[in-house]
Amino acid sequence: MSDINSFEGTGDAGFNDYFSLLKPRVMSLVVFTAMVGLLVAPVGVHPLVALASILFIALGGGASGALNMWWDADIDAVMKRTQGRPIPGGRIAPGEALGFGLALSGISVMMLGLAANWFSAAFLAFTIFFYVVIYSMWLKRTTPQNIVIGGAAGAFPPMIGWAVATGGVSVESVLMFALIFMWTPPHFWALALFMKSDYSAAKVPMLTVTHGRKSTRKHILVYTLLLAPVAIGAGFTSIGGPIYVAVAAVLNAMFIWGAWRIFRREEAVAEADGYKVEKKVFAFSLMYLFLHFGAFLAEAALKPWGLGGW
Amino acid sequence: MFREHELHKRRFGRNMGLGIVLAVFVALVFGLTVVKVTEIGEKDGFQGVTGTAVLPGEAQR
Repeated sequence: MSDINSFEGTGDAGFNDYFSLLKPRVMSLVVFTAMVGLLVAPVGVHPLVALASILFIALGGGASGALNMWWDADIDAVMKRTQGRPIPGGRIAPGEALGFGLALSGISVMMLGLAANWFSAAFLAFTIFFYVVIYSMWLKRTTPQNIVIGGAAGAFPPMIGWAVATGGVSVESVLMFALIFMWTPPHFWALALFMKSDYSAAKVPMLTVTHGRKSTRKHILVYTLLLAPVAIGAGFTSIGGPIYVAVAAVLNAMFIWGAWRIFRREEAVAEADGYKVEKKVFAFSLMYLFLHFGAFLAEAALKPWGLGGW
Repeated sequence: MFREHELHKRRFGRNMGLGIVLAVFVALVFGLTVVKVTEIGEKDGFQGVTGTAVLPGEAQR
Protein backbone atom coordinates (compact mmCIF):
# COMPACT_ATOMS: atom_id res chain seq x y z
CA MET A 1 0.00 0.00 0.00
CA SER A 2 1.98 2.98 -1.21
CA ASP A 3 -0.20 6.03 -0.74
CA ILE A 4 -3.49 5.49 0.93
CA ASN A 5 -4.25 9.19 1.23
CA SER A 6 -4.58 9.54 -2.51
CA PHE A 7 -8.04 7.97 -2.31
CA GLU A 8 -10.77 10.07 -0.84
CA GLY A 9 -14.27 8.83 -0.40
CA THR A 10 -17.17 11.04 -1.45
CA GLY A 11 -19.19 9.78 1.48
CA ASP A 12 -22.25 8.97 -0.59
CA ALA A 13 -21.62 5.30 -1.28
CA GLY A 14 -24.67 3.13 -1.85
CA PHE A 15 -25.48 -0.17 -0.16
CA ASN A 16 -24.07 -2.02 -3.17
CA ASP A 17 -20.68 -0.39 -2.71
CA TYR A 18 -20.39 -1.78 0.80
CA PHE A 19 -21.61 -5.13 -0.41
CA SER A 20 -19.01 -5.18 -3.19
CA LEU A 21 -16.29 -4.51 -0.56
CA LEU A 22 -17.05 -8.04 0.66
CA LYS A 23 -16.04 -9.53 -2.72
CA PRO A 24 -19.34 -11.35 -3.31
CA ARG A 25 -17.89 -13.66 -5.97
CA VAL A 26 -15.20 -14.99 -3.64
CA MET A 27 -17.81 -15.13 -0.90
CA SER A 28 -19.99 -17.42 -3.03
CA LEU A 29 -17.12 -19.93 -3.23
CA VAL A 30 -16.60 -19.61 0.53
CA VAL A 31 -20.30 -20.20 1.20
CA PHE A 32 -20.44 -23.24 -1.07
CA THR A 33 -17.29 -24.98 0.18
CA ALA A 34 -18.01 -24.20 3.85
CA MET A 35 -21.54 -25.54 3.39
CA VAL A 36 -20.22 -28.77 1.85
CA GLY A 37 -17.65 -29.13 4.67
CA LEU A 38 -20.44 -28.76 7.21
CA LEU A 39 -22.95 -31.05 5.49
CA VAL A 40 -20.59 -33.96 4.77
CA ALA A 41 -19.33 -34.06 8.38
CA PRO A 42 -20.45 -37.14 10.34
CA VAL A 43 -22.05 -35.01 13.08
CA GLY A 44 -25.47 -33.47 12.53
CA VAL A 45 -26.03 -29.76 13.15
CA HIS A 46 -29.34 -28.00 13.77
CA PRO A 47 -30.41 -26.39 10.45
CA LEU A 48 -30.57 -22.87 11.94
CA VAL A 49 -27.15 -23.25 13.58
CA ALA A 50 -25.80 -24.51 10.24
CA LEU A 51 -27.35 -21.59 8.35
CA ALA A 52 -26.06 -19.05 10.87
CA SER A 53 -22.59 -20.60 10.88
CA ILE A 54 -22.32 -20.49 7.09
CA LEU A 55 -23.51 -16.87 7.15
CA PHE A 56 -20.87 -15.92 9.71
CA ILE A 57 -18.12 -17.79 7.83
CA ALA A 58 -19.19 -15.90 4.68
CA LEU A 59 -19.18 -12.64 6.65
CA GLY A 60 -15.65 -13.39 7.88
CA GLY A 61 -14.59 -14.09 4.30
CA GLY A 62 -16.22 -10.83 3.24
CA ALA A 63 -14.46 -8.95 6.04
CA SER A 64 -11.09 -10.20 4.86
CA GLY A 65 -12.08 -9.11 1.34
CA ALA A 66 -12.78 -5.58 2.62
CA LEU A 67 -9.45 -5.48 4.48
CA ASN A 68 -7.70 -6.75 1.35
CA MET A 69 -9.32 -3.97 -0.71
CA TRP A 70 -8.21 -1.39 1.87
CA TRP A 71 -4.61 -2.61 1.71
CA ASP A 72 -4.50 -3.13 -2.06
CA ALA A 73 -6.27 0.09 -3.08
CA ASP A 74 -3.13 1.33 -4.88
CA ILE A 75 -2.82 -1.89 -6.92
CA ASP A 76 -6.55 -1.92 -7.66
CA ALA A 77 -6.32 1.61 -9.06
CA VAL A 78 -3.73 0.46 -11.61
CA MET A 79 -5.34 -2.78 -12.77
CA LYS A 80 -8.12 -2.55 -15.35
CA ARG A 81 -10.07 -5.40 -13.77
CA THR A 82 -10.23 -3.69 -10.35
CA GLN A 83 -10.31 0.03 -11.19
CA GLY A 84 -14.04 0.24 -10.58
CA ARG A 85 -13.87 -1.06 -7.00
CA PRO A 86 -15.34 1.27 -4.35
CA ILE A 87 -12.02 2.62 -2.97
CA PRO A 88 -10.16 3.40 -6.22
CA GLY A 89 -13.53 4.55 -7.61
CA GLY A 90 -13.64 7.16 -4.83
CA ARG A 91 -16.97 6.05 -3.39
CA ILE A 92 -15.63 4.71 -0.09
CA ALA A 93 -12.67 6.15 1.84
CA PRO A 94 -9.85 3.72 2.75
CA GLY A 95 -10.30 4.34 6.48
CA GLU A 96 -13.96 3.53 6.18
CA ALA A 97 -13.19 0.23 4.45
CA LEU A 98 -10.65 -0.58 7.18
CA GLY A 99 -13.18 0.07 9.94
CA PHE A 100 -15.84 -1.85 8.07
CA GLY A 101 -13.52 -4.85 7.61
CA LEU A 102 -12.31 -4.87 11.22
CA ALA A 103 -15.84 -4.55 12.62
CA LEU A 104 -17.15 -7.36 10.44
CA SER A 105 -14.15 -9.55 11.34
CA GLY A 106 -14.92 -9.13 15.05
CA ILE A 107 -18.66 -9.70 14.61
CA SER A 108 -18.22 -12.79 12.41
CA VAL A 109 -15.68 -14.48 14.73
CA MET A 110 -17.63 -13.76 17.92
CA MET A 111 -20.94 -14.80 16.41
CA LEU A 112 -19.50 -18.04 14.97
CA GLY A 113 -18.09 -18.84 18.41
CA LEU A 114 -21.48 -18.26 20.02
CA ALA A 115 -23.48 -20.03 17.30
CA ALA A 116 -21.22 -23.07 16.80
CA ASN A 117 -18.02 -23.53 18.81
CA TRP A 118 -14.88 -21.58 19.67
CA PHE A 119 -12.57 -23.87 17.71
CA SER A 120 -14.27 -22.98 14.43
CA ALA A 121 -14.32 -19.30 15.49
CA ALA A 122 -10.57 -19.35 16.16
CA PHE A 123 -10.10 -21.05 12.80
CA LEU A 124 -12.09 -18.27 11.10
CA ALA A 125 -10.00 -15.62 12.89
CA PHE A 126 -6.83 -17.36 11.72
CA THR A 127 -8.14 -17.49 8.14
CA ILE A 128 -8.85 -13.74 8.15
CA PHE A 129 -5.38 -13.10 9.60
CA PHE A 130 -3.79 -15.39 7.00
CA TYR A 131 -5.54 -13.73 4.06
CA VAL A 132 -4.99 -10.15 5.19
CA VAL A 133 -1.58 -10.24 6.87
CA ILE A 134 0.24 -13.27 5.43
CA TYR A 135 -1.13 -13.06 1.89
CA SER A 136 -2.14 -9.43 1.20
CA MET A 137 0.41 -7.56 3.29
CA TRP A 138 3.36 -9.89 3.08
CA LEU A 139 3.46 -12.44 0.26
CA LYS A 140 1.46 -10.85 -2.54
CA ARG A 141 4.05 -8.16 -3.28
CA THR A 142 7.20 -10.03 -2.36
CA THR A 143 7.17 -13.48 -3.91
CA PRO A 144 5.91 -15.14 -7.10
CA GLN A 145 4.79 -18.00 -4.84
CA ASN A 146 2.13 -15.60 -3.47
CA ILE A 147 -0.66 -17.58 -5.11
CA VAL A 148 0.59 -20.92 -3.78
CA ILE A 149 0.80 -19.97 -0.10
CA GLY A 150 -1.96 -17.37 -0.22
CA GLY A 151 -4.26 -19.98 -1.71
CA ALA A 152 -4.42 -21.58 1.72
CA ALA A 153 -6.70 -18.77 2.90
CA GLY A 154 -9.28 -19.70 0.29
CA ALA A 155 -8.88 -23.38 1.15
CA PHE A 156 -9.79 -23.08 4.84
CA PRO A 157 -13.61 -22.60 4.57
CA PRO A 158 -14.52 -26.32 4.15
CA MET A 159 -12.30 -27.07 7.18
CA ILE A 160 -14.16 -24.38 9.15
CA GLY A 161 -17.49 -25.86 8.04
CA TRP A 162 -16.31 -29.31 9.16
CA ALA A 163 -15.11 -27.81 12.48
CA VAL A 164 -18.55 -26.23 13.03
CA ALA A 165 -20.07 -29.73 13.00
CA THR A 166 -17.33 -31.78 14.64
CA GLY A 167 -15.40 -29.24 16.69
CA GLY A 168 -12.11 -30.47 15.25
CA VAL A 169 -9.96 -31.42 12.27
CA SER A 170 -9.72 -34.78 10.49
CA VAL A 171 -8.15 -36.35 7.43
CA GLU A 172 -11.32 -35.64 5.41
CA SER A 173 -11.30 -31.92 6.17
CA VAL A 174 -7.56 -31.72 5.51
CA LEU A 175 -8.11 -33.35 2.10
CA MET A 176 -10.86 -30.86 1.25
CA PHE A 177 -8.38 -28.12 2.17
CA ALA A 178 -5.66 -29.77 0.06
CA LEU A 179 -7.98 -30.00 -2.93
CA ILE A 180 -8.58 -26.22 -3.00
CA PHE A 181 -5.00 -25.47 -2.00
CA MET A 182 -3.55 -27.44 -4.93
CA TRP A 183 -6.23 -26.20 -7.33
CA THR A 184 -5.61 -22.48 -6.67
CA PRO A 185 -2.19 -22.10 -8.39
CA PRO A 186 -3.11 -23.58 -11.80
CA HIS A 187 -6.44 -21.71 -11.67
CA PHE A 188 -4.83 -18.31 -11.05
CA TRP A 189 -1.82 -18.85 -13.26
CA ALA A 190 -4.14 -19.63 -16.17
CA LEU A 191 -5.80 -16.27 -15.44
CA ALA A 192 -2.40 -14.54 -15.19
CA LEU A 193 -1.45 -15.83 -18.64
CA PHE A 194 -4.19 -13.79 -20.30
CA MET A 195 -4.22 -10.84 -17.84
CA LYS A 196 -0.48 -10.21 -18.10
CA SER A 197 -0.47 -6.46 -18.68
CA ASP A 198 -2.54 -5.88 -15.55
CA TYR A 199 -0.22 -7.67 -13.13
CA SER A 200 2.87 -6.14 -14.74
CA ALA A 201 1.44 -2.64 -14.45
CA ALA A 202 0.62 -3.18 -10.78
CA LYS A 203 4.12 -4.58 -10.12
CA VAL A 204 2.68 -7.69 -8.49
CA PRO A 205 5.33 -10.42 -8.79
CA MET A 206 3.18 -12.96 -10.57
CA LEU A 207 5.00 -15.99 -11.88
CA THR A 208 4.39 -14.75 -15.44
CA VAL A 209 6.31 -11.56 -14.67
CA THR A 210 9.19 -13.00 -12.62
CA HIS A 211 9.83 -16.39 -14.24
CA GLY A 212 8.37 -15.89 -17.67
CA ARG A 213 5.41 -17.34 -19.44
CA LYS A 214 7.01 -20.62 -20.50
CA SER A 215 7.84 -21.39 -16.88
CA THR A 216 4.28 -20.50 -15.82
CA ARG A 217 2.91 -22.97 -18.36
CA LYS A 218 5.18 -25.65 -16.90
CA HIS A 219 4.09 -24.77 -13.36
CA ILE A 220 0.41 -25.12 -14.36
CA LEU A 221 1.06 -28.63 -15.70
CA VAL A 222 3.09 -29.72 -12.65
CA TYR A 223 0.49 -28.45 -10.16
CA THR A 224 -2.34 -30.03 -12.13
CA LEU A 225 -0.50 -33.37 -12.03
CA LEU A 226 0.06 -33.02 -8.27
CA LEU A 227 -3.57 -32.04 -7.76
CA ALA A 228 -4.97 -35.22 -9.34
CA PRO A 229 -3.91 -37.73 -6.65
CA VAL A 230 -5.14 -35.38 -3.89
CA ALA A 231 -8.50 -34.90 -5.59
CA ILE A 232 -9.03 -38.57 -6.39
CA GLY A 233 -7.53 -39.73 -3.06
CA ALA A 234 -10.18 -37.75 -1.15
CA GLY A 235 -12.73 -40.08 -2.71
CA PHE A 236 -11.41 -43.02 -0.71
CA THR A 237 -12.15 -41.45 2.68
CA SER A 238 -15.48 -41.43 4.53
CA ILE A 239 -16.73 -38.41 2.55
CA GLY A 240 -16.07 -40.03 -0.83
CA GLY A 241 -17.67 -42.86 -2.74
CA PRO A 242 -17.98 -44.33 -6.24
CA ILE A 243 -19.81 -41.29 -7.65
CA TYR A 244 -17.15 -38.91 -6.37
CA VAL A 245 -14.28 -41.08 -7.61
CA ALA A 246 -15.84 -41.37 -11.07
CA VAL A 247 -16.47 -37.60 -11.27
CA ALA A 248 -12.96 -36.82 -9.95
CA ALA A 249 -11.30 -39.22 -12.41
CA VAL A 250 -13.03 -37.60 -15.41
CA LEU A 251 -12.48 -34.02 -14.21
CA ASN A 252 -8.81 -34.57 -13.41
CA ALA A 253 -8.17 -36.21 -16.77
CA MET A 254 -9.79 -33.18 -18.45
CA PHE A 255 -7.86 -30.70 -16.31
CA ILE A 256 -4.54 -32.45 -17.01
CA TRP A 257 -5.38 -32.48 -20.73
CA GLY A 258 -6.09 -28.73 -20.57
CA ALA A 259 -2.85 -28.09 -18.64
CA TRP A 260 -0.94 -30.18 -21.19
CA ARG A 261 -2.38 -28.08 -24.03
CA ILE A 262 -1.38 -24.90 -22.19
CA PHE A 263 2.12 -26.33 -21.66
CA ARG A 264 2.55 -27.25 -25.32
CA ARG A 265 1.40 -23.90 -26.71
CA GLU A 266 3.82 -21.35 -28.06
CA GLU A 267 3.32 -17.83 -26.76
CA ALA A 268 2.94 -16.40 -30.26
CA VAL A 269 0.16 -18.86 -31.10
CA ALA A 270 -1.63 -18.12 -27.83
CA GLU A 271 -1.41 -14.39 -28.41
CA ALA A 272 -2.67 -14.78 -31.97
CA ASP A 273 -5.87 -16.55 -30.94
CA GLY A 274 -6.48 -14.32 -27.90
CA TYR A 275 -5.46 -16.97 -25.32
CA LYS A 276 -8.40 -19.15 -26.26
CA VAL A 277 -7.10 -22.32 -24.57
CA GLU A 278 -5.96 -20.50 -21.41
CA LYS A 279 -9.36 -18.84 -21.04
CA LYS A 280 -11.11 -22.15 -21.59
CA VAL A 281 -8.99 -23.94 -18.97
CA PHE A 282 -9.55 -21.08 -16.53
CA ALA A 283 -13.33 -21.35 -16.97
CA PHE A 284 -13.12 -25.14 -16.71
CA SER A 285 -11.13 -24.91 -13.47
CA LEU A 286 -14.07 -23.12 -11.82
CA MET A 287 -16.39 -25.90 -12.91
CA TYR A 288 -13.80 -28.45 -11.75
CA LEU A 289 -13.91 -27.23 -8.16
CA PHE A 290 -17.67 -26.78 -8.11
CA LEU A 291 -18.26 -30.33 -9.37
CA HIS A 292 -15.82 -31.91 -6.92
CA PHE A 293 -17.59 -30.35 -3.96
CA GLY A 294 -20.94 -31.08 -5.61
CA ALA A 295 -19.92 -34.76 -5.76
CA PHE A 296 -19.01 -34.75 -2.05
CA LEU A 297 -22.44 -33.32 -1.37
CA ALA A 298 -24.12 -35.92 -3.60
CA GLU A 299 -22.41 -38.74 -1.69
CA ALA A 300 -23.62 -37.31 1.63
CA ALA A 301 -27.14 -36.69 0.30
CA LEU A 302 -27.48 -40.26 -1.01
CA LYS A 303 -26.23 -41.91 2.18
CA PRO A 304 -29.64 -42.07 3.89
CA TRP A 305 -30.84 -44.21 0.96
CA GLY A 306 -27.85 -46.50 1.19
CA LEU A 307 -26.47 -45.23 -2.13
CA GLY A 308 -23.71 -42.75 -1.24
CA GLY A 309 -20.33 -43.54 0.29
CA TRP A 310 -18.44 -46.79 0.35
CA MET B 1 -31.69 19.84 -7.82
CA PHE B 2 -31.39 16.52 -9.64
CA ARG B 3 -28.04 15.72 -7.96
CA GLU B 4 -29.48 16.21 -4.51
CA HIS B 5 -32.41 13.99 -5.35
CA GLU B 6 -30.02 11.29 -6.60
CA LEU B 7 -27.96 11.54 -3.41
CA HIS B 8 -31.00 11.19 -1.19
CA LYS B 9 -32.18 8.21 -3.17
CA ARG B 10 -28.82 6.47 -2.70
CA ARG B 11 -28.74 7.27 1.02
CA PHE B 12 -32.26 5.96 1.40
CA GLY B 13 -31.21 2.73 -0.34
CA ARG B 14 -28.22 2.42 1.98
CA ASN B 15 -30.28 3.00 5.10
CA MET B 16 -32.97 0.62 3.94
CA GLY B 17 -30.35 -2.05 3.20
CA LEU B 18 -28.77 -1.61 6.62
CA GLY B 19 -32.19 -1.76 8.26
CA ILE B 20 -32.99 -5.06 6.55
CA VAL B 21 -29.57 -6.50 7.49
CA LEU B 22 -30.10 -5.52 11.13
CA ALA B 23 -33.62 -6.98 11.18
CA VAL B 24 -32.29 -10.28 9.75
CA PHE B 25 -29.48 -10.27 12.31
CA VAL B 26 -31.90 -9.76 15.22
CA ALA B 27 -34.15 -12.55 13.91
CA LEU B 28 -31.14 -14.85 13.52
CA VAL B 29 -29.88 -14.20 17.06
CA PHE B 30 -33.39 -14.77 18.42
CA GLY B 31 -33.69 -18.04 16.48
CA LEU B 32 -30.25 -19.18 17.66
CA THR B 33 -31.20 -18.41 21.25
CA VAL B 34 -34.33 -20.53 20.96
CA VAL B 35 -32.34 -23.42 19.43
CA LYS B 36 -29.58 -23.21 22.06
CA VAL B 37 -31.99 -23.12 24.99
CA THR B 38 -33.95 -26.06 23.56
CA GLU B 39 -30.77 -28.06 22.92
CA ILE B 40 -29.48 -27.50 26.47
CA GLY B 41 -32.80 -28.76 27.79
CA GLU B 42 -32.62 -31.90 25.64
CA LYS B 43 -28.98 -32.71 26.37
CA ASP B 44 -28.93 -32.31 30.14
CA GLY B 45 -32.45 -33.44 30.83
CA PHE B 46 -33.28 -30.57 33.18
CA GLN B 47 -37.00 -30.71 32.37
CA GLY B 48 -39.01 -31.18 35.50
CA VAL B 49 -35.92 -31.52 37.69
CA THR B 50 -35.35 -28.67 40.07
CA GLY B 51 -33.17 -27.75 43.04
CA THR B 52 -30.17 -29.77 44.19
CA ALA B 53 -31.31 -32.95 42.37
CA VAL B 54 -29.44 -31.75 39.26
CA LEU B 55 -26.09 -31.53 41.11
CA PRO B 56 -23.61 -34.40 40.75
CA GLY B 57 -23.99 -36.87 43.60
CA GLU B 58 -27.34 -35.48 44.72
CA ALA B 59 -29.24 -37.46 42.10
CA GLN B 60 -28.03 -40.79 43.55
CA ARG B 61 -29.40 -40.14 47.05
